[in-house]
Amino acid sequence: MDFTIKTMAEYAAEGKSPEVLFWVGCAGSFDDRAKKITRAFCKILNKINVEFAVLGPEESCTGDPAKRAGNEFVFQMMALTNIEILNAYDVKKIVTACPHCFNTIKNEYPNLGGNYEVIHHTQFLKQLMEEGRLKIEGGSFKGKKITFHDPCYLGRGNNEYEAPRMLLEKLDAELVEMKRCRTNGLCCGAGGAQMFKEPEKGDKDINVERTEEALAETPNIIATGCPFCNTMMTDGIKHFNKNTEVEVKDIVELLAEAEDL
Amino acid sequence: MQYIDNIIFLIALVVGFGLFFRSLKEIYRNIKLGRPIDRTDRPGDRWRTMAKVAMGQSKMGKRPIAAILHLFVYVGFVIINIELLEIIIDGIFGTHRFLAGIMGDSFYGFFTATLEVLALLVIVAVVIFFIRRNFYGVKRLTMKELFGWPKQDANWILIIEFALMTAFFTMNASDWVLQQRNVLAAHGSFPVSSNLLAPLFSGLGDGTLTFLERGAWWFHFLGILFFMNYLYYSKHLHIILAFPNTWYANLEPKGKFKNLASVTAEIKLMMDPNADPYAAQPDADPNAVPEKFGANDIFDLNQVQLLNAYSCTECGRCTAVCPANITGKKLSPRKIMMDTRDRVEEVAKVINKNGKWEDDGRKLLDDHIQREEIWACTTCNACVEACPVLIDPLSIIMEMRRFLVMEQSAAPQELNLMMTNVENNAAPWQYNQADRLNWAKD
Ligand code: SF4
Ligand code: SF4
Repeated sequence: MDFTIKTMAEYAAEGKSPEVLFWVGCAGSFDDRAKKITRAFCKILNKINVEFAVLGPEESCTGDPAKRAGNEFVFQMMALTNIEILNAYDVKKIVTACPHCFNTIKNEYPNLGGNYEVIHHTQFLKQLMEEGRLKIEGGSFKGKKITFHDPCYLGRGNNEYEAPRMLLEKLDAELVEMKRCRTNGLCCGAGGAQMFKEPEKGDKDINVERTEEALAETPNIIATGCPFCNTMMTDGIKHFNKNTEVEVKDIVELLAEAEDL
Repeated sequence: MQYIDNIIFLIALVVGFGLFFRSLKEIYRNIKLGRPIDRTDRPGDRWRTMAKVAMGQSKMGKRPIAAILHLFVYVGFVIINIELLEIIIDGIFGTHRFLAGIMGDSFYGFFTATLEVLALLVIVAVVIFFIRRNFYGVKRLTMKELFGWPKQDANWILIIEFALMTAFFTMNASDWVLQQRNVLAAHGSFPVSSNLLAPLFSGLGDGTLTFLERGAWWFHFLGILFFMNYLYYSKHLHIILAFPNTWYANLEPKGKFKNLASVTAEIKLMMDPNADPYAAQPDADPNAVPEKFGANDIFDLNQVQLLNAYSCTECGRCTAVCPANITGKKLSPRKIMMDTRDRVEEVAKVINKNGKWEDDGRKLLDDHIQREEIWACTTCNACVEACPVLIDPLSIIMEMRRFLVMEQSAAPQELNLMMTNVENNAAPWQYNQADRLNWAKD
């Protein structure tokens, strides 16, 4: 990165607090593909001078995969550890690029003592755009066809269907919807801790089914808003040998590209 | 002897309703086998949800053809119930078309005409439903989990409704012909039966017509009593339970899963550096049964989940959108609900026999629902979104996962690895927590 990413600890040492805490998440921290999403998002925030911090080594898994696998012990261990740290820094607002982190911190932490304003990165960027702080000129996407895959934990899980679409509409591309979208969207196959195991026996893998549906719209780009969806759809286009023709990109990567960041 | 009709009628009425209330009581008792759950918050929202989803059928619109046909049957059913009121009054007091006197002839004409049109629409809907279910091959209606009773049940209902409507028209047509001949006083207007059926009846004598009219009237009445009592054994319980079921529906965001409070206390104690790990918990009750985590039987599910099972209409909309099911995995959220109800009924039989519950050595998990089904779920909530009566199959799946993981440590090996990683490295993969900011250095 050509600018420094500051941690909460550093802000605290200066006796200041940032506008927002960026919750990076495990995928965003460690997965090579997802790290690109993390950096793209930081570049946008940096460009428009949003003061943000990360927890860095003080961040732990939110506990989402453990909880959905049925392990409430490990989930709450993570949750209570995280809440202790977030509360110690007196965090008010959290943004994250992972719908699973978003859902867990937003819905399941309050009852354990963690109360924050939690928003998904697409919601945050939409807010910034409405406030006039973020301007998007998506001219470079003219003539391209984009289809958006709704992440279950953002869409059905939390009823957010519009923020990602609003951002995509700014890109001057043609936005096409898949047959199953919004409330009817089909899961990519990663949720509920499925990401970490082989699927049960069946006729095909879920990500293959979903990618097939996306490819039926002949898009140039499949847009995602979740690092796990991103992996699943990327594997999907490889399955169909379409990885040279179709790109799988997170919405913030597309925005960063539009801004030439 | 002139009151014999009225007496038989009264007996049938009392027995019919008595048995019906006995079934309702039994369902209530069975639902109470589940754990209590407080779902009485936000009553305003709950009434609104019920009005919208159960009365307004708001979730049916996604499949317009099924929605319209279902609406015919639904509205027809509601109106037929008003007619039942007239049947009961006529039956008890030996009157004929009692409501005509109250409504006045022109309004009664309008009322009976409306009923006729609706009854015709019900017949149309029922016939199309029958064809669709048996010959047309809508996938969710022909899947193998419906073989046997569920399929017969669906067909029986359609046949009963068809028979009831036919009796209704027979009654009206013979009545109308008799009215034309001044045998009966003229009340009501019958646009459907006077045009379609009456021509067939016009050659019959007064006696035969009276017999037909009475026969159809009795058939109609006894049929409705039978139908009511059949409900207990049928997926058609939803015509009653859809109302409480939508009232008690989960109003929280679908992604929000409940946190187990018992776990919180334990972990807080673990994390507290000042706590003496060997000290007995101050408020520990020596007689307390250790709480079981998750569910492997219906007793561990909550009462709303059991109500859900009784309310399920076996329509399969949940299964039709389930990504696991779509891609050929064993999981079917509809089957989860049907299995749960089957297990409740199994338990109820034991209770009815012994007067109380005695362990029958069977469980919901493993004896009805297989582990493979439980592990195939992506927790995507598509099933919950799709259900027209707001059933939540996912919550049952989650309780079973909790049981398998926390009571039996029986998760698939790869998930154990993931959970160990989360526990030890604070990430589902084997990375070092200290490296969490490495992405910023590239
Ligand atoms: S939540 Fe589970 S059962 Fe329901 S549709 Fe999704 S994968 Fe199927
Ligand atoms: S759970 Fe709901 S959607 Fe599924 S079969 Fe039952 S009524 Fe239909």
